[in-house]
Amino acid sequence: MASLLEVKDLSKKFGGFTALDGVSVDVAKGERFGLIGPNGSGKTTLINCVSGVLDNDGGRIVFGGEEISRLPAYQRTRRGIARSFQIPRPFTSMSVLENLVVPLEYVVHRGSLHIADTGAEAMQILRGIGLADKADTPSNQLSQVELRKLELARAMAARPQLLISDEAMAGLSANEVSEVLEILFKLNADGITVIMIEHVMQAVMKFSQRVICLDAGKIICEGTPASIVQNPDVQRAYLGA
Amino acid sequence: MKRFLVGAAVVLALAATLPALLKLEYYYVLGYTVLQFIIMATAWNILGGFAGYVNFGSGAFFAVGAYTAVSLYKWLELSLGLQILAGAAAAGLLGLGVGLLTLRLRGIFFSIATIAITIILETVVLNWTYVGGAKGLPILRPTAIPLFENYTQWLFFVMAAIAVVAIAAARYIQSSWFGRGLRAIRDNEGAAECSGVPTLKLKLVAATISGSLMGAAGAPYAMLGSFIEPNSAFSLNHAVNALAMPIIGGTAHWIGPVIGAVLLGSVQQIVTVTVSSEMNVLVVGVLLVVFVVAAPEGILGLVKRWRASSK
Repeated sequence: MASLLEVKDLSKKFGGFTALDGVSVDVAKGERFGLIGPNGSGKTTLINCVSGVLDNDGGRIVFGGEEISRLPAYQRTRRGIARSFQIPRPFTSMSVLENLVVPLEYVVHRGSLHIADTGAEAMQILRGIGLADKADTPSNQLSQVELRKLELARAMAARPQLLISDEAMAGLSANEVSEVLEILFKLNADGITVIMIEHVMQAVMKFSQRVICLDAGKIICEGTPASIVQNPDVQRAYLGA
Repeated sequence: MKRFLVGAAVVLALAATLPALLKLEYYYVLGYTVLQFIIMATAWNILGGFAGYVNFGSGAFFAVGAYTAVSLYKWLELSLGLQILAGAAAAGLLGLGVGLLTLRLRGIFFSIATIAITIILETVVLNWTYVGGAKGLPILRPTAIPLFENYTQWLFFVMAAIAVVAIAAARYIQSSWFGRGLRAIRDNEGAAECSGVPTLKLKLVAATISGSLMGAAGAPYAMLGSFIEPNSAFSLNHAVNALAMPIIGGTAHWIGPVIGAVLLGSVQQIVTVTVSSEMNVLVVGVLLVVFVVAAPEGILGLVKRWRASSK
């Protein structure tokens, strides 16, 4: 399969602290890709660099054959990279529906706003993700699981090729985890490549076709979910064996 | 939209026919002052309320408009309309410039820069003898204006027209994709950027529009009193009023700054006339503190809460 995202030798420092140290990752088109590692291992820094929230210090990020590592975040979103945030960041002054209208207006229908019915389109996405009955609710009145869904729905509204889900399941109950997992499976079935960052191991195991484990800014292991949990380095660094 | 256009037309028609009914010039000075507040508050709110970037230097934008107009009037005897356009353009450029220097960074940097820019520009004008420097500059108004009895009535009408333009701009921005982008920036800039919003561009456009409206509000200033001097043109009062009025009225909607300006503007005038001109500054300060503590969403927020609870 052709790669959609190639990260080559990526490094990022915060002052004297090396958060990412020569990380290289290839994600294929249509893949379900898992990213695990202990807290502080650089998972979120990696996707912050990929999505453009942070600038990387060294290395290259190639998306769909194009070098994107110097593009501002909004340009990367317009090229097809969307993400959810670990701590949900809804637009609190807006309703749930309006949260989705922002990416619809700024990514999908730029230049064709006069003919687009962004409200109807946002509603359709909300229906798909199970938030339709909350469409008019102010987004600061949502429950945790609804906020996670809103994060995913807003990312989806940008019509991405690559969706990065940053701990969409942390703190959710088992039922809610499977609910969110089902959503991600459905998106992937529609052809969207998904990178999942997660601490909920059962979800990562079930979802991912391939997993990498980061520790202290380096990739310590890469493989199928089954092989990852058997790896002694992963067990020592992350699984607490 | 239709209702708004009708409303705007009615306001302007009233402003034009008022001179036939009301003769005392003082009323027009009063009306002018309130209209100036409305424009300043509305302009401030486009960046400060919608996008969440607080401008402490409204006085600088106001004075740039005023001094641009004055210098062009002295040099070329430009008509008032052109003076206002030039003042708006100069202050808009100032907004763009300050924005380019500081809006790349999030948060407080823009606010700090706007304070600095006020002090720098005031120092420049204090030493600029062509426009009178620290002594100030008396100005001879043009004598006759067709349709209006005196120049103050004409200025009042012109201010009403600028206010309509400012409110129309704020109203359009609020309900458009542009306004939604600004709100996304205020709510969470990182998430806005990741939702495809070109945050820097939007902030720059908002800073330019906001600055140019303040410049337009300042352009006729010297004509009103036939005199201009730096202390009052750059006065901190402009900045405090432009910020206090939207916060007291409510920043979420274009009507908020208008309510705040009419209310505070009237109270200030009444206090100035009946008590003292120092007291009116105190009124603004006290009201601002009360609202920030007790009703952070302003009068609009109070109305919303009251409506929700009476349902």
